[in-house]
Amino acid sequence: MIDLLSYGAFFLSVALSYAIICLGLNVQWGQTGLFNVGIAGFVAIGAYVSALLTTPETVDHLGGFGLPIMAGWLGAALATGFATFLIGALTIRLRADYLAIATFGAAVAIHLCILNLQSVTSGPFGIGFIPRPFANLADRPLAFSLANFALLAAVVLALYLALEHLARSPWGRVLRAIREDEPAALALGKSAVRFRLQAFALGGAIMGLAGATQAHFIGYIAPDNYQPILTFQVWAMLIVGGSGNNRGAILGAVVVWGIWALSGSAVASLFPAEQQARAASLQIVMIGLALCAILLWRPRGILGEARIMSRHVLRRSPPATPLPSTPSET
Amino acid sequence: MQSSHDPMKASAAKDAAVIEVADVVKAFGGLRAVDGMSLSLRAGEMIALIGPNGAGKTTMFNLIAGSLRPDAGSIRVGGVDVAREGPDRRIGRGVGRTFQIPRPFAEMSVLENVLTGAQAQAGERPWMNFLVPGRIAAQERAAVDRARELLDFVTLSRLELEPARVLSGGQRKLLELARILMADPRVILLDEPAAGVNPVLLELLIDRIVSLNAAGKTILLIEHNMDMVARLCGRAVVMAAGRLLAEGPPAQIARDPAVISAYLGDVA
Repeated sequence: MIDLLSYGAFFLSVALSYAIICLGLNVQWGQTGLFNVGIAGFVAIGAYVSALLTTPETVDHLGGFGLPIMAGWLGAALATGFATFLIGALTIRLRADYLAIATFGAAVAIHLCILNLQSVTSGPFGIGFIPRPFANLADRPLAFSLANFALLAAVVLALYLALEHLARSPWGRVLRAIREDEPAALALGKSAVRFRLQAFALGGAIMGLAGATQAHFIGYIAPDNYQPILTFQVWAMLIVGGSGNNRGAILGAVVVWGIWALSGSAVASLFPAEQQARAASLQIVMIGLALCAILLWRPRGILGEARIMSRHVLRRSPPATPLPSTPSET
Repeated sequence: MQSSHDPMKASAAKDAAVIEVADVVKAFGGLRAVDGMSLSLRAGEMIALIGPNGAGKTTMFNLIAGSLRPDAGSIRVGGVDVAREGPDRRIGRGVGRTFQIPRPFAEMSVLENVLTGAQAQAGERPWMNFLVPGRIAAQERAAVDRARELLDFVTLSRLELEPARVLSGGQRKLLELARILMADPRVILLDEPAAGVNPVLLELLIDRIVSLNAAGKTILLIEHNMDMVARLCGRAVVMAAGRLLAEGPPAQIARDPAVISAYLGDVA
């Protein structure tokens, strides 16, 4: 029973770390319509920045600087936000499909940098001994898993509340307006480039934070953790949960990570050991099939896009007025 | 919106050109859609830009609105050359536009469509929503009240929480008018306000345009409906083949042989 509880907390912790990435993608795609196919690269920046800031000093790579975990997370979010801003400044004017190609290229470049800048990142060997939150509980697996789960749940809740607040703000309203009709928004004085860049950088910062939380949860990172499959998983999560809906982003992360974990167990039990490495690709097939099935059942995702309005808009019921087709006296 | 109480100052303000377009050229490949066109719009005036199909009216309109940049010539708003500025800068210069085919934010509520027109909102900076939430809330409440007044003005109040996609074509034109009024521009550019609007709603629209002009708004409209032009405008500017063909009171323009010839297709 304790093992089951411990595994449940571990499973949800991993799912919630993906939920953070999904929340970042929802700012970029769900609210603003920015087609980011370079998610893995932005997550990697956050993971490596936090790892370098918090690991003990070593000759194997830059630093580490031995800072507290929270400083690593903050540094990861800021550094990734800044990197995303720079990439966005070059690419944000591109049309959706070209932006996708550009962000994919950026992610490949980031992956190659991590792999080859050995003096900074330790290259293909990765970075180990990344401090884990609640390490003093490591000898008690259940307490350790529950504490990490509570921490990640608190991060997800804080992000969810902050992003809902932003979505209902004038800033969120302008983002939706630009997504729906850019020329009309421009005619109202809203600079599409400025608002898109802000949303892109904010989404990137959240992805960087997610990378940092994952790195500290697992304790070890390597370039292969940040392959395009990560980008595919996160997109599947957001689409399944409901693009444009922060709750959908969180739910999608849990559901798709559940399918991923279940399919992993199925592969392990159905195939002999020597074929399991090759059979692991069936996990991607199962995610694809699940994606198709859910979209056939719920084309806008499980929760669909939420209708978001400022709380001030709902302050009072509208006054009774003549029908629009009936001209009134002026 | 109101002119000064000093009659001399009021007269001077009326005569001042708020928009001055000089020798503007815009070509698309080999086609010179606007070919050395000039136009002046004085404060408080309501004028119509008319001409046969292909005359370059919409291109001229888009040049003034900032959606296109001219190849040559100048566009001055309040004395400042804005020819190189993008469309998002025009509203800050006091120039608002509507579209020939209305462009509502379809999935947003009618009220939020109008709210999007609000200018200088501190809440449009993401971090300000966390730093000064009280100030943002007060600003938002004031904006909602103003938006509701404007929806009353265009008689769309009862639809304020409906998504804009449910509106008819004419209602969408009224919504666009309310949305641009939210930005409180000095000059309003109306692109074919009567097109596709049923006669009852058209009367309402004309009534509102007259009210706005009476309240001091300067208005430039593109319109094919000559009855509407004659009712609304003191002056009409006629374009043909990208150039100025004639200019004057609508009744006089309607009798001008060159204008009649252009509409019948004699102008190359």
